[in-house]
Amino acid sequence: MEPGTLSTFLKRGAIWGFIVVELLFFSIAGEYLSLSNKAFMDLDNMLLLFKQSAPIGIIAIGMTIIMVNGNIDLSVGATFALSAIVLLNSMTWPVFAGLGDGVIPIAWALALVTGILLGALNGLIVWKTGVDAFIVTLGSMLGYRGLVFMYNGEQPTSHLNWTLVDFAEAQFMGLHTATWFLLVVTAVIWFVMNRTVHGRNAYAIGDNRTAAINAGIRVGPHMMINFMIIGFLASLSAVVFYSESGSVNPNDGELYELWVITAVVLGGTKLTGGAGSVLSTLGGVLAIQLLRKGLGHIGADTETVNLVIGLILIAVLFLDRQLNLKGREALRI
Amino acid sequence: MSSQTPALRLEGIVKTFPGVRALDNVSFDVMPGEVHALMGENGAGKSTLMKVLGGIYQPDEGRIVVNEQPVVMTSPLQAKSKGIMFIHQELSLAEELSVAENIYLGELPKKSFGRVDWQKLYSETNEILGRLKVGFDAKTKVGDLSIANQQMVEIARALTVEAKAVIFDEPTASLTDAEKVVLFDVIGDLKTHGVGIIYISHRMEEIFRITDRISVLRDGQYRGTLETPETDEEEVTQLMIGRKLDLSRNVSHHELGDVALEVRGLECGKLFHNVSFSVCRGEVVGFYGLVGAGRTEIAETLFGLRDPTAGQILLDGQETTIHSPADAIEKGISLVPEDRKGQGLVLGMNCRDNMTLPQVNDLKAGPFVAEGAEIAIFDQYRDRLDIRTPGWKQLVGNLSGGNQQKIVIGKWLSMHPNILIVDEPTRGIDVGSKSEIHNLIRELASQGYAVIVISSEMPEVLHVSDRIIAMFNGEIIRTFTSDEVTEDNLIQAISGIIPEKVA
Amino acid sequence: MRPFNLSGIGGFLAKQGILVAFALFIIGFTIANERFLAPDNIMGVVRSSAILGVMALGVTFVVISGNLDLSVGSMMSFATIVVLDLHDQIGPALAIPSMYAMVLCLGAFIGFLVGYLKLNSLIVTLGMLSAIHGLTLTYSGGKNMDIADKEGTWFSMFGQSDALGIPIPILLFALVASVLGIVLAKTPFGRKVYAVGGNGTAATFSGIQRARVVFTCYLMSAFCVATAGLIQASRSLGSQNTVGQGLELEVLAAVILGGASLLGGSGTIFKTVIGVLILGFIQNGLLLVGLQFYVQYVVTWIIIILAVWLDVAAKRGKLWSPIA
Repeated sequence: MEPGTLSTFLKRGAIWGFIVVELLFFSIAGEYLSLSNKAFMDLDNMLLLFKQSAPIGIIAIGMTIIMVNGNIDLSVGATFALSAIVLLNSMTWPVFAGLGDGVIPIAWALALVTGILLGALNGLIVWKTGVDAFIVTLGSMLGYRGLVFMYNGEQPTSHLNWTLVDFAEAQFMGLHTATWFLLVVTAVIWFVMNRTVHGRNAYAIGDNRTAAINAGIRVGPHMMINFMIIGFLASLSAVVFYSESGSVNPNDGELYELWVITAVVLGGTKLTGGAGSVLSTLGGVLAIQLLRKGLGHIGADTETVNLVIGLILIAVLFLDRQLNLKGREALRI
Repeated sequence: MSSQTPALRLEGIVKTFPGVRALDNVSFDVMPGEVHALMGENGAGKSTLMKVLGGIYQPDEGRIVVNEQPVVMTSPLQAKSKGIMFIHQELSLAEELSVAENIYLGELPKKSFGRVDWQKLYSETNEILGRLKVGFDAKTKVGDLSIANQQMVEIARALTVEAKAVIFDEPTASLTDAEKVVLFDVIGDLKTHGVGIIYISHRMEEIFRITDRISVLRDGQYRGTLETPETDEEEVTQLMIGRKLDLSRNVSHHELGDVALEVRGLECGKLFHNVSFSVCRGEVVGFYGLVGAGRTEIAETLFGLRDPTAGQILLDGQETTIHSPADAIEKGISLVPEDRKGQGLVLGMNCRDNMTLPQVNDLKAGPFVAEGAEIAIFDQYRDRLDIRTPGWKQLVGNLSGGNQQKIVIGKWLSMHPNILIVDEPTRGIDVGSKSEIHNLIRELASQGYAVIVISSEMPEVLHVSDRIIAMFNGEIIRTFTSDEVTEDNLIQAISGIIPEKVA
Repeated sequence: MRPFNLSGIGGFLAKQGILVAFALFIIGFTIANERFLAPDNIMGVVRSSAILGVMALGVTFVVISGNLDLSVGSMMSFATIVVLDLHDQIGPALAIPSMYAMVLCLGAFIGFLVGYLKLNSLIVTLGMLSAIHGLTLTYSGGKNMDIADKEGTWFSMFGQSDALGIPIPILLFALVASVLGIVLAKTPFGRKVYAVGGNGTAATFSGIQRARVVFTCYLMSAFCVATAGLIQASRSLGSQNTVGQGLELEVLAAVILGGASLLGGSGTIFKTVIGVLILGFIQNGLLLVGLQFYVQYVVTWIIIILAVWLDVAAKRGKLWSPIA
């Protein structure tokens, strides 16, 4: 066997294996520890799990393409909040007063355009100034959050539209609306990354940027498109979530960037870019959500979830390193 | 060769950088169906010329003419669209992607909605791979290929378009002999299709085997073009270095001291095995062999950077284990590493701090670094090694290659080692600095240092060594004294041909 | 492409841009509101910057050594909660050293993972951000922590008292900054931090024990975080579990604003202090001219991008990125 094959194999399948282990563990442990009589692998429970994974999941799918491209986006939480405000607030604008429920698509569109514009701004700055995406989006994480506060001060922005709530709570073929959004987004981005020239070029740029530039790939526009995609997905996530909840606090979405990155890394995306898969990211998102629910199910404090996820992230990194060790003859740098 | 208009012509190219005239009025041309070698020492301007051709630099004067049409090239892509293809020395491949995607990087065939036309991509790639007679197919991941096969992928790129001129930059550096044959076939194939080829290499035997003409650059200036069948190595060399090649042996024998370092049956995994040798004080031992023969790895093992899997290391007759570079330094071993910029220097630090880095712990005034002592050390070695720098505050990244190398050597001399290992001490350094460094190595030996020189340049090992150890494939093939070594038996030894045992 | 003139105003701006920006802000705010430069206002700004500032000092070491530390925010929450809890259990005299010991253990763990096991610092500290947050919540049971007798404890001195007319948090900040500034600039260890961050391989080839240097940097970061937690706890004498949440990125912003490169090998303590003060003065100045606190977020965003942009522009000699 070629060196690295085992590691590659494990990397590809690891996240799903991990999910299976989680399911088994929580089902069995649940028999002894759970306070409720319901089985962990109850259908409704699993459906709910998918639904609850959606807000983080939709953004994580976008983060995968950003990180494969060799960038990172720390501003997704703020973009999420700002889009949510636009969504809810625009429905109350007097201009649209006579439209009735016809305002819904307009509000959606406005929210999504907000996300795309914020993403495009990030992408443009990364492209034109050459400043590292980490720093650019660290800055805009603060800046966009500032815009969130400027919109409505420290007050929550609320507007409940019952048609929207009904839509968001609907179940089609057993799956919730949010779940459908997550699945469709996953499918579309999978297609973009694996079947389109843009996606393949994004991989090439993340893998070997100099080579991509020499081959005439226009790095800047590709990066900007990807930032627009993640901006769009961050606001889509907001649209899905806030259609149901109807109220947004200016602090909403804080630390989302860290959860999202955790899910993407758990899914095996390379930090330096060039490798990663949307499906594994979906696995990463589900694994985290499963852990949250599972720990609750067996009666552990919900507080321990953070502890466990953090340690698992480090353990994954450690395992990955152990699998890639070259043995004693390697250079000790 | 029917048409007599050149495929590619350069006219009076001038390119200056602040303080340097990197290219000075360079002109030459490549005919269709010709293999034209471009030679010159490191720093002669070859790579600058190639960057001008590739649109990475704009020439200050002169013009580039393709098929009698003057062209201005501002990017590698534009060069490609004009039919000028590069095969880079440094691999420029995306390892996570497939062979096909790499070959058509930047030009994936499209279907509707921006989709990749995989069928077309794979069939076209497989056709090209068929011409190259390689043992992998379009869907293989590049990261899974050997370096040589990756080089073949790089070469396959040149076959994707109707190239007018293809530039090969040291294409054989990492190829085996069998793979070289395939490469030369490919070049022959391109030739018969009327493609002009520029072939950059240092390897004389290849140059004489496949090229039609040879153009030589020296110090950024065009030195002339020779017809390959009518010239010989000596003439080319003379043109390159402006004088005859110095193949003189080291003769200055002096008294050798005690054995400083002895190695018995040293082994490190697959990298090298059964390596035994000794070095005395006052002696220079040269390690000669091809890239990958295991020489650098031995040095790294002696310096505590690798764990030996078997064997013993004896310093002054005492068996010892070297755990880390810090440990090696403690025991009086210094290593001037192969990769100056990657391993030798912190480019963003100033000259003084780089030079005193290994002993910064010992240069203390109370809890602080004794900067006065540091400057004194720097001044001493600047004078001794004739390092040309405006002052110790200069960042090392701003110095020339030769001066950078002297900083690294100075750094290790100031540690007063018993054993000094220098790995490729003159790589990428101009001729003048080269001989200075050679003299320095001899001088160090005469002062009683035990010196190991690892080099891929035969004149260098011949010139500085008292004894030469020839390595092949991780093994010592033979040890020569400077009296018995000849170019022929040395070349045989590093090719793995074991000489008949002479009684 | 237009060359970027390094010798002219642009070059000066690029090299000293951060000081120029600082000066412009001070002048602008002084004109807008004369109270801005009043001694008590300046004192107030520095005092409120002290917590962020102390943390930024430690992170400066980590960043110069070529790594990141995203765990300082949740580690600060941990320190605050622990010292407040122990205060009532074993008394402040024992609580403080116990808290330092626990936080240093966390720092040592991170240092071990990043230094000795050579794991990616971004992910390790991201994981630790989450893990330490969980640890804090588990420790406190999710409840806020308050000192029972807020009036009768000398523990409040670290956050609330003055010495020689200067608030103790400022003195602590100045003390830690001076010591670490000297360590970084003048000692062999400081030199090694720059070498490891500038070129880790070359540092190893020079006999520097890279793992040990990185490990020590994380210990120093943890020490600074513990000090910040001490000030925070002493100032408020009660705390939520999330008191440090989000600080990790603000701290990083201050360090970057000071001109440290995320690639490692460059930056100084002095510049980090300037970065911290800029953030503090922007916030204060904007409040003084009647703007809300969140306006500073937007201003900080613009300043960070401009500062780093000018820096990279000066290095490449071109204002705009050459990326096609």
